[in-house]
Amino acid sequence: MNPVLEVRGLAKAFGGISAVNGVSFDVHEGEILGLIGPNGSGKSTLFNCILGQLAPSAGQVRIDGRAITGMRPCQLNRLGVGRTFQLLQVFPQLTVRENLILAGQEHQASMWSRLVGRRDAGLGAAADRMIEFFRLSALAAEKAAALSYGQQKLLDVAMAFMAGPRLVLLDEPAGGVNPTMLAGLRERLREINAAQRATFVVIEHNMEFVMSLCTRVLVLDQGCIIAEGTPEQVRGNPAVIEAYLGH
Amino acid sequence: MKKLLLLGVLVALLAAPFFLKPYGIYLLTLWVVMTIAAIGLNLTLGYAGQISLAQGAFVGIGAYTGALLTTQGWPLWCAFVIATLLSLAIGWLLGYPALRVQHHYLAFVTLSFATLVFLMLRNEEWLTKGVYGISGIPRPTLLGWSAKGPVAFYFFCLAILALVSAATWWLVRSPWGRAFTALRENAMRADSLGVDTRRYTLMAFAFGSAIGGIAGVLYAPLVQFIEPTAFNLNLSLNLLLMVMVGGSGYFLGPFLGAAVSVLLPEWLRFGSEGLYLIFYAIAVMVLMAFCPSGLLGLAQRVFRR
Repeated sequence: MNPVLEVRGLAKAFGGISAVNGVSFDVHEGEILGLIGPNGSGKSTLFNCILGQLAPSAGQVRIDGRAITGMRPCQLNRLGVGRTFQLLQVFPQLTVRENLILAGQEHQASMWSRLVGRRDAGLGAAADRMIEFFRLSALAAEKAAALSYGQQKLLDVAMAFMAGPRLVLLDEPAGGVNPTMLAGLRERLREINAAQRATFVVIEHNMEFVMSLCTRVLVLDQGCIIAEGTPEQVRGNPAVIEAYLGH
Repeated sequence: MKKLLLLGVLVALLAAPFFLKPYGIYLLTLWVVMTIAAIGLNLTLGYAGQISLAQGAFVGIGAYTGALLTTQGWPLWCAFVIATLLSLAIGWLLGYPALRVQHHYLAFVTLSFATLVFLMLRNEEWLTKGVYGISGIPRPTLLGWSAKGPVAFYFFCLAILALVSAATWWLVRSPWGRAFTALRENAMRADSLGVDTRRYTLMAFAFGSAIGGIAGVLYAPLVQFIEPTAFNLNLSLNLLLMVMVGGSGYFLGPFLGAAVSVLLPEWLRFGSEGLYLIFYAIAVMVLMAFCPSGLLGLAQRVFRR
């Protein structure tokens, strides 16, 4: 069976600086892969190269066996690839419900029918289900700008799931989220993973979150993979300790 | 309350020409035409977040298309169709630079386009008659009803404004309108959610420009004589002012902004002798300094308290 995501020899250089240096890995259906590494190790650049936000200097990316290198983010999204960003990326002047409807609307029929057809086309109900699932019901009619940082982070993650993606890349979903909300987020991600066989790649600095959520972990340092394995294997790996602690 | 106020304004608009002198009716008709042009710019700038200093050029394209065709005996509805399609196509092309540059860089690209259109209108005499302009532009007769008189033409323009407003209302409340808002607020996130930001950027320019073209087709028979300086950069800046003063991204913003820009200077003119433009400029500066979201933004802030 083809992996959901195949990355082969991916590299990205900014002038003389090599941010990602020939990275290769696979992610299989239903897997939750953690991607960790010190600041500046190339994690977000790797995400951006996979997801079309940056053009890689070299290498190939495949989704379900199909080459996607060079595709635009909106094209990738329509292939079932969702993402969140390191920094908050919600639409502040839209309500929570509108944010979610927007996140699903481009997957509804043709562009023309979105103008002349039914305005809602079931998206309102889907948004309400997502709001309930992420425990945001009391905030559904609020503008996203009025939400706390943690609530916006939850909304950001919920938006990535609105179109029922096959693969979701989450860039530091736990950053700035309080422990109670974080436990809830972990539960939601586990539930989606179990119910939909959705595949996740998670960049995260919160080791407790990564170790308790992910089935496998990759460690990146200076643009290269330096370790790979189960959370337990990675935790005790001397190269990982060296990269993080510098001795 | 809001509905009652809107109903009152509508009744006033329907009754006003019967109480005004010809110059007053002319000003009110000019307000209607400029409101249409500002609605187009509000779509491009207010909803989709794409700065344009070329809206006046599209009014010019529409005006010249209308004038050239109707003075050759073509019916006005043909001029509407051709001017709208022409402005739509040119607006679409003008959107391409917006795929590469944004903000003040995009403003300069559109400013260059506005200058180019002005120079073409002035220099291509074989087509536009250059600085001599085009005169004798006829007003329409529709199914036996003549819109040649000032009151009739005012109602004709008001009907077109109603149609343009209804179409724009429909558009901004559709998923396309939501995608325009997403483009304005966070294009990168919109792209990652499947919104084809390139296509929506081009559409925002094309639709806004097409509405500018419609305004131009009405402007030509309103003044019945057009020449290039009416469509130079001043008009584009004035339209930008209308959108900003009314409230960029508010549906009713262009209506209010055009009223401030077209009617307020005339109102200030009485009793202030030659100082009315200074009063007007100070009023606009104070508003922009204290409420950059425009009059409707100010109203929203006041009513929320």
